[in-house]
Amino acid sequence: MTTHQGPGTDSAIEETLKSYLVDRLKTEVTFDQDLFESGLVSSMFAMELVVHLEKTFEVSIVGNDLRLANFRSIRSMAALVRGLRDGDGRG
Amino acid sequence: MAADCRPGPVAVLGAGVMGTAIATTVLGSGLPVVLLDVGQAELDRAERTIETQLRHARMMDALPSGRTPGRLVTTTSLSALAGARAVVEAVVEHQATKVGVLVDAAGVIDADTPLISNTSGIPIDALADSLPRPQQLIGTHFMNPAYLIDLVEVIRGPRTDEATVTAVTELLAALNRRAVVVRDSPGFVTSRLLHPMLNDAARLVDEDVATAQDVDRLMVGCLGHRTGPLRTADLIGLDNLVDSLAALYERTGEQRYRPCEQLLAKVRDGDLGRKSGRGFHDYRETLS
Repeated sequence: MTTHQGPGTDSAIEETLKSYLVDRLKTEVTFDQDLFESGLVSSMFAMELVVHLEKTFEVSIVGNDLRLANFRSIRSMAALVRGLRDGDGRG
Repeated sequence: MAADCRPGPVAVLGAGVMGTAIATTVLGSGLPVVLLDVGQAELDRAERTIETQLRHARMMDALPSGRTPGRLVTTTSLSALAGARAVVEAVVEHQATKVGVLVDAAGVIDADTPLISNTSGIPIDALADSLPRPQQLIGTHFMNPAYLIDLVEVIRGPRTDEATVTAVTELLAALNRRAVVVRDSPGFVTSRLLHPMLNDAARLVDEDVATAQDVDRLMVGCLGHRTGPLRTADLIGLDNLVDSLAALYERTGEQRYRPCEQLLAKVRDGDLGRKSGRGFHDYRETLS
């Protein structure tokens, strides 16, 4: 796994997402927990996650990236954000 | 879409929670929509919401594959309904308001265009009285979020004709929706069963038996509800729920339909659920 310089690197994205989720879901969550499987996240909340990620990390999630699998866990959301940022950097 | 050969867009009247979600459903299936409301601000907001809802539907795999979303036209002009393949009225749950809008629409559309009232409980025949052609009126009760739920309660009034039932069933099939047709009655099937439960859930919170969070947790975890009654109430909109309950209470006289004080207080305080950011639960970054 490559690392980056500046804010939003290492596990900073995970930590940011975790504190948001703990606040919103009022329960403890782990980085690898399947949020949908565990019944914590409904289909309505899934879209809130998309909007939250776009606002917080200034990315836009479109096309094939817009699928549930990318939002299943803190880890998968963070990977999505990193991927999108890498893409932006190259573009 | 071989069964659906009528030309023209589907007209949706009312850019509130249901009208917007129904418009998203139609657009997502590739058909064009004319969305009509009296307020330009409501239409502007609906355009933004529909964009988000289309993304949401795509994310949840709820859109038929291989179809480009239909074209959306928003308007404040009733004359835009001419040529519509069907009209879906989705204004507030007030009988007089619905009748007014339906009468206006009937004056513009063809005699064989299905006129659909989307309602959670007002009997279709009560809406048909003032119409020039009551046989073209039929009811639907789309569930919220309409763009994710593929089953629709369809209400056939005593004066609804066969051609209208067929046209609406075909339209729903073109939207990738299945229909269950029921007879006319206050609250039909779903609201008659669901609404008193939502009312009781609110009473439990009011009586301090449990928090909203715990009421929902129990219904989800023990009884297999998808979201719990109070999240459902928040999604419906507490003002809409109060209106629906009041209409059911007025028609049946049964106490279980009388909107409880907790619900009335929340509506008075402007806590209308998801759409206002707060109801029994707190919502911040929601579908605006």
